[in-house]
Amino acid sequence: MTDVLQVARAHVLEQGLGLSEELLVEVLRLPDERIPELLELAHEVRMTWCGPEVEVEGIVSLKTGGCPEDCHFCSQSGQFQSPVRAVWLNIPELVEAAKETAKTGASEFCIVAAVRGPDQRLMDQVREGIKAIQAEVDINIACSLGMLTQAQVDEFVEMGVHRYNHNLEAAKSYFPQVVSTHSYEERWDTCLMVREAGMELCCGGLVGMGESIEQRAELAAQLAELRPHEVPLNFLNPRPGTPFGGQELMSSQDALRTIAAFRLAMPHTILRYAGGRELTLGDLGTREGLLGGVNAVIVGNYLTTLGRDANEDIDLLAELGMPIKELQKTL
Amino acid sequence: MAYCGHCGEAVDARDHARCAELLRMEPPRFCTQCRRRMVVQVTPAGWSVRCVEHGDLSG
Repeated sequence: MTDVLQVARAHVLEQGLGLSEELLVEVLRLPDERIPELLELAHEVRMTWCGPEVEVEGIVSLKTGGCPEDCHFCSQSGQFQSPVRAVWLNIPELVEAAKETAKTGASEFCIVAAVRGPDQRLMDQVREGIKAIQAEVDINIACSLGMLTQAQVDEFVEMGVHRYNHNLEAAKSYFPQVVSTHSYEERWDTCLMVREAGMELCCGGLVGMGESIEQRAELAAQLAELRPHEVPLNFLNPRPGTPFGGQELMSSQDALRTIAAFRLAMPHTILRYAGGRELTLGDLGTREGLLGGVNAVIVGNYLTTLGRDANEDIDLLAELGMPIKELQKTL
Repeated sequence: MAYCGHCGEAVDARDHARCAELLRMEPPRFCTQCRRRMVVQVTPAGWSVRCVEHGDLSG
């Protein structure tokens, strides 16, 4: 039987083709003693097909809490007994957050709202916020505001939104265990509209939610099929009061195997370390991930939880000889 | 009486070592003086909280 890493070397590293779902399952089942070899290959793939640059992004929650959806991992759902209260950021605070992000050297600033999709009030607030940021801060603006209509997609293009985030969150076969208030297909449709309108598509998911190894491979394969520009990879941080609040943390070995598997599934894609990395992998894990396929990070805090000090990540990138990707406006 | 900023239970009701650990990675959600759920805003470089009764705090 041919070794899966030999196949990956020939297929992914040498030809730049993504690994199949079946082989991703094999990668995710590799024993712990082969993790260093796996990470080394994933790093080679990333350096060959993406280069040494790392894309740095900051995120902020424009509208926190009170979401009508029931994503079981999320502390911002209004359907759970979570301690998170609803709050809106005002425009000066939003601009200040963009400035804080730009100071780190980041090229992306993502405005996020906990909603099913944007209503007119949110669209107006985002429009005003983007205008204010563009007047004062040199940074690409991304948005993550839930499911969109075609008219809203067109409006974001016109506003100059550079990238839109809408995660699949979970494999299609596991999605009904994660969300019941909307479907996987609804998410998929928004992603397609975003991509076809010319915005960069940012689409990833969460792992460690109780899915099987096969479903983790399925998520990677489904993301690869969607061909997003960027894939944010989140590790479940079990939030009090949510249905997944009692889940065990994913092991660091499984997290590292997942990072490498996602890289082998999508050799050309920006693979971003997103939420939960500090808790799941600790400080050492950030380094291992960056040397195991990751080529983008969210710096600073997340939406409702805190991240590592941005300077620690920036210093680590310098130490690893990985330059921060410079700002490039693509629209 | 004082309350845990993470879980909102009384400080002397149980051991809150785990809560203290978690508070290094997230802002407090409950007012330590009155146990009210606070309005919390996290930004890339900091956070602020407001209790309707006891005012603002930031970190």
